[in-house]
Amino acid sequence: MHALVHAPAESRHLLSGNEAVARAAWEAGVRVAAAYPGTPATEILEYIARYPDIYSEWSVNEKVSVEVAIGASLAGSRALAAMKHVGMNVASDAFMTQSLAGVVGGLVIVVADDVGLSSSQNEQDSRYWGRFGHLPILEPADSQEAYEMVQRAFDLSEEYEVPVIVRMTTRVCHVKAMVTFAGERVERHAAGFQKNPRRWVMTPANAKPRLPLMHERDQKFRELTETIDLNIAFSGSDRRVGFITSGPAFMHVRETFPNAPVLKLGFSYPPPLEKIRAFAGQVDTLVVVEETEPLLETEIRAAGLEVRGKDLLPRFGELAPSVLRPAIKPLLGEPYEVPHRPQADVFPRPPTMCASCPHLGPYFALSHIRNLNIIGDIGCYTLGAGHPWNALDTCTCMGASLSMAHGMDKGRGESDEKKSIVAVIGDSTFLHMGMQGLLNMIYNRGNVTVLLLDNRSVGMTGGQENPGTGLDLHGMEAPRVDFAKLAEALGVRPERIRMVDPYELPTIVKLVREETKMEEPSVIITNRPCSLTDRFERFQSYTVIDEKCTGCGNCIDLGCPAITVARRETTTTKSGKSKELVFARIDANTCTGCHMCVETCAPEAIIQPQPQNRVIRIHAHA
Amino acid sequence: MRDGITNLLVVGIGGQGVMTAAEMLARTALSQGYDVKKTEVAGMAQRGGVVSSHVRFGPKVYSPQIEPGEADLLIGFEAAEALRWVSHLRPTGVAMVNTLRLTPPIVSAGLYDYPTDPIGVLAAAGIEVHAFDAGAIAEELGNPKLVNTIMLGAISDYLPFPAEALESCIVEGFRAYKPQLVEINIRAFAAGRAAGHGSG
Repeated sequence: MHALVHAPAESRHLLSGNEAVARAAWEAGVRVAAAYPGTPATEILEYIARYPDIYSEWSVNEKVSVEVAIGASLAGSRALAAMKHVGMNVASDAFMTQSLAGVVGGLVIVVADDVGLSSSQNEQDSRYWGRFGHLPILEPADSQEAYEMVQRAFDLSEEYEVPVIVRMTTRVCHVKAMVTFAGERVERHAAGFQKNPRRWVMTPANAKPRLPLMHERDQKFRELTETIDLNIAFSGSDRRVGFITSGPAFMHVRETFPNAPVLKLGFSYPPPLEKIRAFAGQVDTLVVVEETEPLLETEIRAAGLEVRGKDLLPRFGELAPSVLRPAIKPLLGEPYEVPHRPQADVFPRPPTMCASCPHLGPYFALSHIRNLNIIGDIGCYTLGAGHPWNALDTCTCMGASLSMAHGMDKGRGESDEKKSIVAVIGDSTFLHMGMQGLLNMIYNRGNVTVLLLDNRSVGMTGGQENPGTGLDLHGMEAPRVDFAKLAEALGVRPERIRMVDPYELPTIVKLVREETKMEEPSVIITNRPCSLTDRFERFQSYTVIDEKCTGCGNCIDLGCPAITVARRETTTTKSGKSKELVFARIDANTCTGCHMCVETCAPEAIIQPQPQNRVIRIHAHA
Repeated sequence: MRDGITNLLVVGIGGQGVMTAAEMLARTALSQGYDVKKTEVAGMAQRGGVVSSHVRFGPKVYSPQIEPGEADLLIGFEAAEALRWVSHLRPTGVAMVNTLRLTPPIVSAGLYDYPTDPIGVLAAAGIEVHAFDAGAIAEELGNPKLVNTIMLGAISDYLPFPAEALESCIVEGFRAYKPQLVEINIRAFAAGRAAGHGSG
């Protein structure tokens, strides 16, 4: 059991923002918590799972997680859903209407923006959802505030019968800082679902009378935001510039301009316009420092105040003292020169697939087959777009591969005439939002070859469970979906559902060739686990016999990080052409003995020093 | 150390134990009564990418990130990674570098070059550099995973608190979860501490 679960009130801890949210949820008496993994929010549910008083689950997607939380709330229980920024797009259908109907038990949605795109396909400002959904937004700046604000969010949610959004960013979720626990869990009575069709059945006739109530509620929040103690003015001796800020940007402002007045908005939507007006009167120039869109700035300007913001500061990416200083110093009449610092020109080190990653085989195949348009999805396999495979042509959002591939098939242009369309998707992404695309493709008589890379893991976020792994959030056995049966139930003909061991390179190359020639949809399903999870079995490493290596470089094309170049030589072919030979070496510590590279080696130069631990094959079944 | 804040930058590659080392430093600073912040961007780090962990401590810490030119101590688990962050060191800063060279596939494939002498470039920038082969020491002690403790031992005399505080933080962690590894980690810490005084 994790030590924090029993940590008493008054104790101090070094916690990430995500851990602080979990502890706050526990203290607040949350009874149901749900999420789909997504950086930087993933750990919230992983930490909540350590508190046995809370029912917690990995939901199949973010919309489902919010709906689970809504259901629990209507039964009178406090409930929490957590997600990354793009998850909110998926979940929005649920909360946009529930914001109209309202809630019973406190309902808090924690959304984490990946400002600076450390592990995301775009950068979004989730504070927009407050304006769009008529919901209040709370913005913690560090772990202590995350801990306090999540508890406040539950109180507000119940008092105003509305879902409340707690907006985090990477620099709150993943920063560890001091947190002092104020209390311990308070159990809250849940009365059970009270039937009331006029309130909970959102037909037009029932929804319409809720609209004026929602606007009345907005007015109450506009009053509350002026007085709530989450919006704090810090006085400062240097009044040339006063800052309005929220979230972790506050920390950068305090770090850079410790003597400047600051109005920190913890309850940032709706913004306290009167408070801002009073603050503006005390400073020469008002500057809004916000990540990432100019939301506060626009509203402050609309209220008739003169304000600076994105005309000085960047429109995207993380803020930091090194960003604020050059932007603000000239405003103070203090010219700023970037100090000279030693710079190093070091090669980039992009993320790679792992040794014995079961995605290596499929990408080896895709990179060796011509005339494919390869429509990708979100997961580790997105790395297939990079070196050395260059075998992924699109990546947009969760589940998009199948539907985009279908659309590309239907909308074929001149250069696509002789090409086959392939969709690549992982197990968890398929279950999240991909299977609808497959159903759609079947229903509409499309023709796409689907590579369903089942590594029994949500790999990119750190190996979480999903309905295809056989385990739940708590590591307990759970019903496991059968992907082949699922594909068949959606309408793929059984002959076109092919199970394959991704380590068997010749087989997978042959299968992809065969299936892309078919005039109907196929699903090729791989069956090896992610090599970073406990399901993966490590075998004895391989080595290259240097005298036998001919320098063909085939094994290097696999993209396995255990295989590196030992040396290069230039030779002349019979036809007189110059040819570069690349001799390989295998790092024994990194190699896990998956044997994929052996399949690429014609001269049999790759061997196991003691071959008794030959890898045990998983038998492919149709 | 401006405003009494100490900035430690721990860098390396996903899977090397960079974040664990940073965690140990943060916990020790906490035990010494400092306000502490620690940050890293780890989203895709376990797949061979660059990892950097920032540890800041002092009377009161606001921003969690170490700015360019502000690191007091750079702890590099790999030679080229240490060089990558040279712009973040103070001119008076100290770099403690493991001489290990890890070549990524794109270098192996000939698309980029690995710097010939990363330690030399660091030293030429006027920085106090201590470099040694932590892997060799770990191997001598019989466990390659000891590199982490060796690197922590190496920097333990460059911190504003006693080396013993860091050592006991590491040892307590092992005593709680893997008591059989306590002795060997004490030896690794001592070996690292001795190596950290060399000039490389």
